[in-house]
This record gives sequence, structure tokens and C-alpha cells, in this order.
Amino acid sequence: MTQLTATTSTVESLAGRIWHRLRTLNPVYYIALVLLIGVVVQNPVFIQPDNFLVFLSRSAPPMLLTAGQVFVLVSGGFDLSVGSVVTSTVIISAILANNDPGTTWWVILLMLAGGAVVGLVNGMVTAYLKVPSLIATLGTLLIVRGIGLFWSGGAPRGYLPDNFRMWGRRGITGLFGLREFPYAVILLIVIGVLLWLLLHRLNYGRQLLALGDNPRAARLSGVNVNLVRISAFVICSMTAVVAGVLLGGRGGVSIETGTGMEMQSIAAAVLGGTMLLGGRGSVPAAMAGALALELLFSLLNLLGLPKPLRDAVQGLIIIGAVAYAAYSAKRNR
Amino acid sequence: MKPFRILFFVLAAMLMVALVACGGGAPPAAQQAEQAAQQVEQAAGEAAQDVEKAADEAVAEVSEATSSTSEALGSEGAAVATEFYSQADYEAALRMRDLKPLNPDDPVWVQYLEENWVDTTQYKKDPPYTVCFSNAGVNNPWRVVGYTTMQAEVDLHPEIEKFIHVDAEGNDEKQISDIQDLVAGGNCDILIVSPNTTKALTPAVEEACKSLPVIVFDRGVQTDCPVAFVQPFGGFAGYNFGYEGAKFLVDNLPAKANVIALRILPGVDVLETRWAGARNLFAESDLNVVAVEFGDGNNDKVKTIVTDAIQKYGHIDGVWMDAGATAVAALEAFEDAGQPYPVINGEDQQDFLVKWQQEGLTAIAPTFPTFQWRTAVIAAMMTLKGERVNDPWALPQPAITQANLDQYVQPNMPPLFYAMCGCETMPDFPQRWGGTAP
Repeated sequence: MTQLTATTSTVESLAGRIWHRLRTLNPVYYIALVLLIGVVVQNPVFIQPDNFLVFLSRSAPPMLLTAGQVFVLVSGGFDLSVGSVVTSTVIISAILANNDPGTTWWVILLMLAGGAVVGLVNGMVTAYLKVPSLIATLGTLLIVRGIGLFWSGGAPRGYLPDNFRMWGRRGITGLFGLREFPYAVILLIVIGVLLWLLLHRLNYGRQLLALGDNPRAARLSGVNVNLVRISAFVICSMTAVVAGVLLGGRGGVSIETGTGMEMQSIAAAVLGGTMLLGGRGSVPAAMAGALALELLFSLLNLLGLPKPLRDAVQGLIIIGAVAYAAYSAKRNR
Repeated sequence: MKPFRILFFVLAAMLMVALVACGGGAPPAAQQAEQAAQQVEQAAGEAAQDVEKAADEAVAEVSEATSSTSEALGSEGAAVATEFYSQADYEAALRMRDLKPLNPDDPVWVQYLEENWVDTTQYKKDPPYTVCFSNAGVNNPWRVVGYTTMQAEVDLHPEIEKFIHVDAEGNDEKQISDIQDLVAGGNCDILIVSPNTTKALTPAVEEACKSLPVIVFDRGVQTDCPVAFVQPFGGFAGYNFGYEGAKFLVDNLPAKANVIALRILPGVDVLETRWAGARNLFAESDLNVVAVEFGDGNNDKVKTIVTDAIQKYGHIDGVWMDAGATAVAALEAFEDAGQPYPVINGEDQQDFLVKWQQEGLTAIAPTFPTFQWRTAVIAAMMTLKGERVNDPWALPQPAITQANLDQYVQPNMPPLFYAMCGCETMPDFPQRWGGTAP
């Protein structure tokens, strides 16, 4: 009898725990699910593994960008330069590589180093010169874009070789009977897990969150505030370079690549419950936010709404979703 | 807690209702008819200005709405804004297609399809000349190639002492004040204008005409005051560009083939006329135009649109584009989906031509030739020397086809180099255009 009661209560508490977990789960996951159902209703083949992987692989760059943006956002800053880092990565890689497969590796490494430099500049200007990050990164946005466009003479030149483009275009064939398992999805998972560990499982992440919540308290409790702040910008810019490599791989050379991605990444992060001005944020939820936005774009596309209406609906849904996410986050606190 | 939860569910519910209501994204027949009726009304509203033209438009639009087999042609993305469309201009473009250059032995950039001579002795002047150029922008690869070609042409004329170039950076306001400044400066012997938009620049050009001779090329203005307007097909190039691509699809695809039309963005006059030229033909054809989409000239977006369309409709057999810069991205969407290449129209930029040759595509490249940038300088020189010029100067508008493809493929040139530049024999070719010696 006693045993039986114990078992029942375990079961109950398990069910209760699951229910509690579902109730307190970040609403962005539900939003993404609703949008996913919407897309599948419109286009049933969307959910077939091959097609869904194609979708995931094209969502990988914005998702990575959003994950990187979370680091800066939770530290209490903004990074507006990511879009132009993406653009310049594509344009400059094309000029440097110029269709020579032998150059791919050092070009990618050089781009990552360049991204780190942009992040360092963003971080140091913010940390030491006390320029608000909104202004500092707006400045680097213009500088980076200007350098990219100046170097290319206003129109893209050169080609990206196939072994550069494979990261955004190709995948491993013959896995689990799939047509192709995209490299972009593999990178998405690997980098996503790394960033998740960094923010949610390591001391560094706690320091970053403390910094965003209350810089003074963080400093007094022994956090090297400047170092942590600068590193957040470096991480963000480097994920932007990875996103640029994937986007260049997917679409080829174009000066339009990356346009507007800074705002999209901030919106996605906020949709995923990241608090602007810092202190709270989650990598997986922000990535789900980016995925939800991509699903929304697909859905509006499939519905065939005229473009101006599509933009308006998009704006409405983003505001509504963010308001809901912010509200329920406050409720669950 | 409550209001936000309710808001969320209302949003979700709206989404579901929208899904059901829109079905495949095609408006129901009644709505389509209503649209047609509205268009007729609009056309009728303009009748006060031009009775005959308006009547023509109304008739044309009604017949389109009824005879079209493609549902997507009834969608908003497929509508041609009435202020950009003229049935008379469309027909003029079609008539031009039958004309041959009247001076076939001259280089293509000085050929003309019609004689519209005007006398310029009143502008005759002794060299040296100062030539001023108000440029809409150098903000896309087509304009980069054009402007480079124009500079090379200027270098060929020792009688030009000074060439003053002012870049409006794609901004109407800036171009208006640029033109005012150039005219007020009093240094220009002649003004060349490539207008950013037709309507906005018309008053500024009219004002400039009062002080000095003006040559307009590329996009037009709504005034006859310039000495000459230089454009392929004398101003009807947009209709012909769209028609050329659409005709190729109609001729090379079987009935009921799925076609997707990719446009850059709505509301730009030069792009609207391109679509109008194609839309008329598609509406009469038995092709199934499944989608008309805007890709912003962004490779990534275009690839997404095409990938989604292939998924949704199973197969896409033809692709029509209003500009070719993203043609290769569209083709790659087919490669990545493991589908055969579509019948496609691109434009004359190298990456598309190279791909066409390598993969043996069924393709055509209508052009908006960059050689017109040379012609504008030549027309300016003729004017200052008092020689007669054509106004409008109707240049030929050649298309690149399978027959002459090999002649335009130049792998040593940059991917977005526009081949129809008439610049191959100019000094410093190909380095000046970003190419490497072959």
C-alpha cells in the first residue's frame, strides 16, 4: 500500500513536473511551433526530412548571428555592425579567393581574424572610450561596409571557389537515407552547443549576465568587466563571419547579402526572451526566435500576400510576439 | 496575464483564418474580376487626358483578366501599376522589333533604327569643351560598367577639356540640386543627364534646357526639351526587354509548363515596363505562371523563393527575370534541389553567360546595353559641333542568344561585367573594366 502510494505520487509529480515545465517554457518555442504548423498546412512537403533540412540550412546563418548577438545583448550592449560584417565577409572573400580553391582555408581564417578585430574595436571603443555601443557599432557598420565596397569598387568582383561555397551549399551525402545532410546544419549544431555551454554552463556566462544586470555590482564582485565586455563583441563579430561564409556559400557573391540582418538578429533575440539592456537571455531560445522569424517569412511568402502588406503583417506579428514573450517572461520570473 | 494570452491566441487564430481563406494564395475569380473592373475605372479616370489611350488600356486589361490561364497573374505582385503602363508604348516597342538598323555598317553604339533628325547648328561651338554629367548613381554593377565605358569614351575625345561628373547616389533630391548647381556654375557647355526617376527629374531638366543643350539617356524624362534622348528602342527598351525573355519562354516551353517570374521590387518605372512587356505575353499564352515574386536583387532571397517554389509546385519549368544579376542564384536553387535546369532568361552579365555555356542551358539574355553610355557622349559631341542628331536616338537592343553566345563569353572579366558594352576595342580594355588580360 505504502509502495503503491509512493509510485503514484512519483508518477503524479513527474506529470506535474512536465506540466510545470511546459507552462514555464519560453513562449518562443510555441510561437515557432504554431508558425511551423502554419507552413506545413500551406505546403505539406515542407516537413519531409530533405526539405526541412534545406530550410534549416538556410536558417542557419540568421540563427548563428542571433546566437552571437545574444552575447552582446545580455552584456547590455547592441551590435549593429553584424550585417555589414556579413556583407564584407562575402565581398572580400571573393576578391581574395578569386576562384582559387587553394586559398579557401587561409581566406576563411583571415576573415575570422578580421571579425575578431572588428569585435575588438567595437568592444574597446565601448569599454574604454565609453562610447555607447549603439553609436560605436553604427560607426563600425559604416567603416566595415565602406572598406568592403571601396575595395570592390562598388560592384562585386571575383568568385568564391567551390570548396569555400560547399559550407553553405553542400552536405554529407548518404546519411540516414537523406539526400544530403547540410554542413551548415552541422555547423549550426556545433557552434550552437559551444555558445550554449559558454553562456549557460561556464563561469564566463555568469560573469557576462552579471555585467549586463548591474555593471557596478559585477565589478565590485571581482569580474574583469572590460575583458568580459570586449569578449562578447568578439564572439558576436566572429559568428557574423561564420554566417557570412555560409551565406556567401549559399547565394554567391552579392553586395545585397547581409542587408538588414543586424535588426533581424536583434528582433529574433528579443523574440527569444533576451532582455534589451542586458542581464537575461538564452542562446537556444534566441535561436528559436530566429527560426520563428524565418518560418514567418516562409509562411507570408507561401500565402502570396502583396509585398507591402507582407511587410506590415511581419511588423505586427513581431511586435505582438515580442510583447507576449516579454510579458510571460515577466510573469514567470 | 489574460490580455496577452488572448492577444496571442487572436493572432494565432487570425493566422489560421488567413491560411484557410487564401487557399493557394490565388484570389478567387470574383475578386479578380473586381480588380479588372477597378483597373478599367482607373483607366477611364485618365480619359480626360487622352481618350483614345485610356480606351485602349481598358480593353487590353479586361481581355487580359479574362483570357489568362495563370492564377498568379491575378495576384497583386503581378499587377502593373497603371501610371507606368501605356498600351501605345507597348505596341511601339513591338513595332520596333521588326526594324533593322539604318546604318548597319557603323558600330552598334552609333546605329539607329529610325531617322528622327534634328538640327543642332544653334549649339555649335569651338572646342575645347566642358562636358557635365549628372549621374543617377553608380550604385549597381550595370551602372559601374556603363560609367567606366563612358569615361573611356570621353578619353577618346581630345576636344573635351573637362569632364565634370556628379553622382546623385540614387537620390532624386540630390540629383535635382546637382543639376541646378551645374547649370548655375556656368562652366558647362553641354549637360548629360541620366535621370534617377522620370517624374521627379522632369522639372529640373526643363529648367536646365533654358540655359544649355541637354542630352538625356538611360531613363527618360517627360519633356521634349532635351536636344536628344538616347535609349535603345528610343524609350521603349523596358517593354522589349520583358517581351524578349517572355517570348523565349513561350516559344520553348510546352503548354501548362510552370513558370515563375522574379522581379526586383515594385514601383520603379523601368522595371514596371519590363514586367508589363512580359505580362501581356504570358496572359495570352498557355503557360502556367505559378508565382510572381520580388527578390530585391538579393541572391539569397532569390534562392529561397525559387527553392520554395520548386518544393511547392513539384517542378518549375521556366524562369522569367526582370534583371539578370541574380540569375545564377536562381539556377543554383535547381542544382541544389536536384532538378533539371529551367528555360530561363538572364541578362548579359558574365556569370550567367559562363554558366549558360558550361551547362548548355536553354536560355536567352535580353540586354539593356551599356554601350548607350558611349552614345550619350557621342551625341553631346555631335551637338556641340553642330551636326544633326536623332531625337529620340533609337539604338538597337540586341539580345544574346545561343547563336552568338560564344562571342560574348569572356571568362577573364568579372562575374557582373555586362558584356553588351561595345567597349572591347577601347584603350585599356579589359583592365579598366576590372578584367585580366586573356
